[in-house]
Amino acid sequence: MNRILLGLTLATITACAAFAAGPDLGAVTQSATNWPAIGMFLFFVVLTLGITYKAAKGTKSAADFYAAGGGISAGTNALAIAGDYMSAASFLGISGLVYTSGFDGLIYSTGFLVGWPIVLFLIAERLRNLGKFTFADVASFRLDQTSIRIISAVGTLVVVAFYLIAQMVGAGKLIQLLFGLPYLYAVIIVGVLMIVYVAFGGMKATTWVQVIKACLLLGGATFMAGAVLLKYGFNPETLFSASVQVHPKGDAIMAPGGLVSNPIEAISLGVGLMFGTAGLPHILMRFFTVSDAQAARKSVFYATGLIGYFYILTFIIGFGGIALLMSDPSYFKLGAAGTFDKLKDMIGGTNMVAVNLANAVGGPYFLGFISAVAFATILAVVAGLTLAGASAVSHDLYAQVIARGRTTEKHEVNLSKLSAVVIGIVAIYLGYVFENQNVAFMVGLAFAVAASCNFPVLAMSILWRGTTTWGALAGGLVGLISAVGMVVLSKAVWVVTFGNAAAIFPYDNPALFSMPLAFVTIWAVSSLDNSRRAQRERAAFEAQFVRSETGIGASGAHAH
Amino acid sequence: MSGSTLGLRGGTAPPPSRNAAAAVDPQIDRIVRTPEFQQLVAERTRFGWVLTILMLVVYFGFIGLIAFDKSLLAVKVGGGTASLGLFMGVFVILFAFALTGIYVARANTRFDALSDALKRSVGR
Repeated sequence: MNRILLGLTLATITACAAFAAGPDLGAVTQSATNWPAIGMFLFFVVLTLGITYKAAKGTKSAADFYAAGGGISAGTNALAIAGDYMSAASFLGISGLVYTSGFDGLIYSTGFLVGWPIVLFLIAERLRNLGKFTFADVASFRLDQTSIRIISAVGTLVVVAFYLIAQMVGAGKLIQLLFGLPYLYAVIIVGVLMIVYVAFGGMKATTWVQVIKACLLLGGATFMAGAVLLKYGFNPETLFSASVQVHPKGDAIMAPGGLVSNPIEAISLGVGLMFGTAGLPHILMRFFTVSDAQAARKSVFYATGLIGYFYILTFIIGFGGIALLMSDPSYFKLGAAGTFDKLKDMIGGTNMVAVNLANAVGGPYFLGFISAVAFATILAVVAGLTLAGASAVSHDLYAQVIARGRTTEKHEVNLSKLSAVVIGIVAIYLGYVFENQNVAFMVGLAFAVAASCNFPVLAMSILWRGTTTWGALAGGLVGLISAVGMVVLSKAVWVVTFGNAAAIFPYDNPALFSMPLAFVTIWAVSSLDNSRRAQRERAAFEAQFVRSETGIGASGAHAH
Repeated sequence: MSGSTLGLRGGTAPPPSRNAAAAVDPQIDRIVRTPEFQQLVAERTRFGWVLTILMLVVYFGFIGLIAFDKSLLAVKVGGGTASLGLFMGVFVILFAFALTGIYVARANTRFDALSDALKRSVGR
């Protein structure tokens, strides 16, 4: 029965994904409608809409809308941070990468985690002490509101746009595969739900969507990894030796393989992942939802534990896929004479390893559950991104730049809701346009821009007395333009998308070059800037410094 | 209200500049000169940077080994299947978590105590 159901679900898949590190699910065709998965997903939607309704009734002020009134506890915020950060790309993509290459999957897992200590040591508490709703509040604390808000908002919107496109396209393909719904339906469902969560429920609803999703994902992954380990007597060594025996690459999967062939590339990827985390606007916003610096600090600690635990689970799940799926032909498209390529012919592509494994260890209903969790995961991530984008438009661009601070709170929140609707519609459109494009590089690009524009502007304005508006503006622009430019000139875009013969920029990851360029520009331009405004800004550092270090004068949890 | 004397944000700034920190506050100088503040900032800044550098060294050491010495990471541990690289990767993840734990433990005790002492000495 189980096999028949899975067969029906996945039998119509003809094309298969070539793995690209990241959320790219490749070309897929629609499978038969999967009712258990849809049923469980509907349950998630009803539950989250109920929460949104409740949150909407409790969302009155701007502080409620942008920061959930500052009343989120450290534990809840940690789950929400983890929910924001654990994307479907990392769940399906990393377990798929472990399946095909073994050890190499661990390189991504570590890279995605090691940014968190940096966030804690340098950013989190100071951000909470200085800010209100967005990281631009902090970056522009003593600098010129107009310029710094513009560069921060542009950095935010660029990161949000690339991240959103990758998520929307991933969602469409995933839903096609898992639920058997047409691509466009899936993209519209995701877009409409994220608009509803953000526009009606603001940060409160978004936070609870993240929390529920984080619990479901962590619970599902724990069950799966536990079931795999149970089969091998809770001895990883037995799991590894079973994997090495069936994997076509044999013992090579226990050692670094082809993913990192070039040292510069490896270090550049690491820099982007590490410092990008400290510049993701939807993550930075989460520090304003807690009451004080202590709670901000604790939430990073718990979140680091949850995220690290999750990446260890994906590693076990990937190896479980090798050991349990590779020798079972029912998970592969069989060629003539019943032969199949273990690395290329998996039904649905290698990104479906975790989903197929769910069926192997838990049957069709658990398969439905994991499919529903994967969809919920995308939904939660896009909701967080939409809120960050909408806040940049209403709180930074509209209220401070266009209206120059002369607007009412109510008006600003309404504009934010409108922005969420517009961002949702644009995301649906972009998801539709990019259906058949290679979007695998986009999450990497989002991290690179976050590391090269948002992070340098934020870090230098908080940590260095000498930073001036001209310096931060020039450095942010240089970081943004160089990160995007280098990716456009790299192989992923210049050769694959535009069809040119050779890449102009030799590496796939720009952060090693674009981030230092941004820092050096901020330093150099600030040092040369001796205008009266620059002197005033340096003099204002003292007050900012006292508040960032002590929280004295910081706004409390609730709007007054 | 003590809140307004120390409040750095709000309507005290002159109209052309909407900067939060533009208001000159005599309290700031007083806080900066307290030994509690200087000690808090010196200790926490040094601690934060030491941990940051530790994280950078461990992570980029791991990446550097992957890039420059793949064969070392392929070495088997204890005659089993698991390689040295695998243990190192898991170690990097646990190390990152442990570092955040160490920082939080220190901040919860030492830095919060210094911070409270500072707030008492400036009269809050």
